[in-house]
Amino acid sequence: MAMDVLIVDDSAAIRKILQRVLRQTEMPIGNIHEAGDGVEALDMLSKNKVGLVLSDINMPNMDGLEFLSKLKADAEHKDVPVIMITTEGNQNKVMEAVNLGAAGYVRKPFTTEQIKEKLTGIV
Amino acid sequence: MATETATLAPTREEIVTWVTDSTNEVFQTMLGMEASVTEHYVEEPGAGLTMGVIGIIGLVGEWTGTAVVSCSSDLACKIGSTLFMSEYASVTDEVLDAVAEMTNMIIGNLKNHLENRLGQMGLSIPAVVFGRNFATRRSGKESWYVMNFSVNGEKFEVQLCLAPNQNAALSGNGIPRIMTLA
Repeated sequence: MAMDVLIVDDSAAIRKILQRVLRQTEMPIGNIHEAGDGVEALDMLSKNKVGLVLSDINMPNMDGLEFLSKLKADAEHKDVPVIMITTEGNQNKVMEAVNLGAAGYVRKPFTTEQIKEKLTGIV
Repeated sequence: MATETATLAPTREEIVTWVTDSTNEVFQTMLGMEASVTEHYVEEPGAGLTMGVIGIIGLVGEWTGTAVVSCSSDLACKIGSTLFMSEYASVTDEVLDAVAEMTNMIIGNLKNHLENRLGQMGLSIPAVVFGRNFATRRSGKESWYVMNFSVNGEKFEVQLCLAPNQNAALSGNGIPRIMTLA
């Protein structure tokens, strides 16, 4: 059964690249939803059931860590795997994401293979 | 304080190494292209770029600065075409998005190098300018590091200006209150 995915990033370019990467995997991907920040992402989740979230950390309005925290506190969505994808090199933030329940972490710049590997290991 | 700042200041060689590493990593990983340094020098403030596709992003923390990335419209189209696996013969919104993201990733990676020396920094949202026969000006009194790369035989330039931030608003633990958007 096809799985819907939510991509959360303030960069339209990154959202477009991740859409392409997801379509190139052999995973049964259904609809791919997009959000530009954590606020939009929570709104999107309230209207759509997704099986995977790919999220940036540093975004305006609500960053990826606050979004992750709110998602994990929500009984309906707490089991959805979230992979963080970011240029952030601050290990404290990465560890915070892991402690909040992130399923994985990929650093930008990334190759298609790195994303595919991470997805295969998690989904 | 002045002595501490002088000790922290990266050397020109370090800046060149960090910019080169960051630029190379992004071009190789995201585009499968090589970016080789052709020249690097220091320029005084004043008249800046006058044509091409230009990505601009600000850095702020205990140190502050601006980074400018530029290339020809032809190279910008190649970058957009490779990044999105679509053919772009002219500079479209998608091509400008691609240059903005390249700016974000190159300077985002450079920021990680700089933070090890200069403390936590944040990046602004990148802006992109495209056109010809326009005027830009680098204000202030700080010198700019200019690094030119050759990518597929075309020029790709990264400019960087950095200075201690005398006005950093400190939080209770002494860390500047900043927000990163990279």
